[in-house]
Amino acid sequence: MAKVRGLLVWIASLAVLLLLPGLFDSVLSLSILNQMGITIIFALSYNMLLGQGGMLSFGHAVYFGLGGFMAVHSLNYIEAEVFSLPVILLPLIGGLFGLLFAVFIGSFSTRRAGTVFAMISLGIGEMIAACSLIFVGFFGGEEGISGDRTMAPEFFGFDFAQDLEVYYLIAGWVFVATLLMYLFSQTPAGRIANAVRDNPERAEFIGYSQRMVRFISFCGAGFFAGVAGGLFAINYEILTEENLNAITSGNVLLMTYIGGTGVFVGPIVGAVLLTLLQTVLSNYTELWQLYVGLLFVATVMFMPAGLTGVLMIHTVAWKNGRLRQLILPYITVGVPAFVLLCAIVGLLEMLQFYRHGVVGEHEMTLFFVSVDTSSVWPWIVTLLIAATAGYLVKALTPRLLSAWASANAPLERAKT
Amino acid sequence: MVEIVIFSTLNGLVTGLLLFMLASGLTLIFSMMGILNFAHASFYMLGAYFAYSVSLFLGFWPGLIVAPLLVGVLGALVERYGLRYVHKSGHVAELVFTFGLAFFIEELVQFAWGKETKNYQQPEILDFPLFTLFGQNFPAYKGFMIFISIAIFIGLYQVITRTRIGLIIQAAISHPNAVSSLGHNVPLIFMGAFGVGTALAGVAGVIAGPVLTTFPGMALVLGSIVFVIVVVGGLGSLTGALIASLLIGLLQSYAIALEFAVNDLLALFDISFDADHFLNDLWTLSLPQIAPVLPYLLLVLILIFRPTGLLGKRET
Repeated sequence: MAKVRGLLVWIASLAVLLLLPGLFDSVLSLSILNQMGITIIFALSYNMLLGQGGMLSFGHAVYFGLGGFMAVHSLNYIEAEVFSLPVILLPLIGGLFGLLFAVFIGSFSTRRAGTVFAMISLGIGEMIAACSLIFVGFFGGEEGISGDRTMAPEFFGFDFAQDLEVYYLIAGWVFVATLLMYLFSQTPAGRIANAVRDNPERAEFIGYSQRMVRFISFCGAGFFAGVAGGLFAINYEILTEENLNAITSGNVLLMTYIGGTGVFVGPIVGAVLLTLLQTVLSNYTELWQLYVGLLFVATVMFMPAGLTGVLMIHTVAWKNGRLRQLILPYITVGVPAFVLLCAIVGLLEMLQFYRHGVVGEHEMTLFFVSVDTSSVWPWIVTLLIAATAGYLVKALTPRLLSAWASANAPLERAKT
Repeated sequence: MVEIVIFSTLNGLVTGLLLFMLASGLTLIFSMMGILNFAHASFYMLGAYFAYSVSLFLGFWPGLIVAPLLVGVLGALVERYGLRYVHKSGHVAELVFTFGLAFFIEELVQFAWGKETKNYQQPEILDFPLFTLFGQNFPAYKGFMIFISIAIFIGLYQVITRTRIGLIIQAAISHPNAVSSLGHNVPLIFMGAFGVGTALAGVAGVIAGPVLTTFPGMALVLGSIVFVIVVVGGLGSLTGALIASLLIGLLQSYAIALEFAVNDLLALFDISFDADHFLNDLWTLSLPQIAPVLPYLLLVLILIFRPTGLLGKRET
């Protein structure tokens, strides 16, 4: 039964992947979807380290970037007819190159987990990023390396000149890579990686070398990061230093953590959400990165298991059939919390407009309302709303907590 | 050649001592709480920005006092209401929290002060050449930087080795559980150490702001280098941090000043390559080019071969 249900989930997700361009067919949404696909593979590969292996890496973009650079170089070689390869196999080259580097770097960095691993990954990341400005032949210096995907031999009549064709290429790779990474997490190697994450000593007692187990996860993560890099190369046809520096490494940590590291789909949720924030929210506000930062800090503090982790802790109540008891408390706290959030966003936006807006203009549109920032009233009203909503949240939270406790209380056994 | 050596040494000393001011606080925090504070350099940046804002109204000198105090209070608050809360989720969560904080502070600084570089100037009193050697001026402000850093090192060293609080801190570094068993309020000590550590970063920011320019990316520039120093110097060792800071400072200033390339080395053996050789980048590699790589190379090598750092007694 469970197997059938698992199979159905995969078939359904494949169907969604195939049907998405039908729903969102504009050029913009296609490019967002493509970016999402690439980030999903990248974030999932990162979670092989952080979530499944317990290795916090600050330099995962290295494998993404190196794979991508190799893929672009391959595109140029194909164009120069050094060798021939369909574009669809290019991510494999990126993956293998990422794997090669992961084998080399993992051979010494996986000896220890924790802070030592984190620091080595940071050092390697900074080193490669600095190298990319030195070795101009491979990394192309500041302007990067670009290629042309349409020059490769046609693949069953597709030359990948259109975004839609590229979407299907990426979607195919997303499906295959996600399936492989999921299957890896189910293998003995994937299971023992969890054991080493939780208690390396005990794992050693039952006969596994913690170093070897980490090394295998590390190589897998490097491979799939390289695959994502290869897809990036196909989609954007250019790679620069930016793709392997600390900012990209930080971004992948951000989205994996926000999505949730404990659940397999967590990084997918994080990648989709963060890509949406990056592409859609950035159209509406200059402050989007501040909001992402707030979201990240709030996630680490209040829901360390991430967004999917928050959903997962409801399974007890769900199994007890008491999820309904939580709906009303959630609404009574959720509505004022949402209002509070809107008020804070409003205040921040008004401040930003007041300080950095065009000189002489005082009118701004905030949540479909026209606001005059030069007068005092909007500020007072927003502050009042924020204060009231904040008070309501604080006053109603104990009720939510007690409802939570009663919904999760163990079921009383029926008397026999 | 003598000219290059003297000025490289002086510049290396200035950079190294500045790095030490950042690293001293970080190494205190790291050795006591086991947290590598990613946001440490962000507090350094806040120091520079606070001092800039103060200097607009009151001039440079009040900023030197007010800004570090503000940063220290902010740091203590972050420890009390942020880190202590995250602490129960484990070390990885703490590391991720400080990472998020660094990201957040950078965005906050851009929100509050804008993206452009601030015109934060050194005080006019110190705007004269301290001495002139081989026709080059050595600015008095750099002398001032050296003076402040050395004063902080001596002061901190005295506090840690000679006072009662210093004794407790030293004990908390090596045996935190025993110290709390003896009835000392370890969380309070942690908060205090975090506050003082970030305040020191604030001092570094106030002093470095006018020289290294005050802009939203200034934390990112120094952020990772400070880690290198703490790890290389060794856990909880103030002297180790000083040695590592000077080492990194001198390494970088010498690497930038000495124009040796791989070509020159190969020329000694009468080997030369065509300029269009596909490994040309490798033959023309020069010391100034690899200067930014050196600290990280040192970090990785130390972590592999000597995880305790130069003077540390415990592994990181």
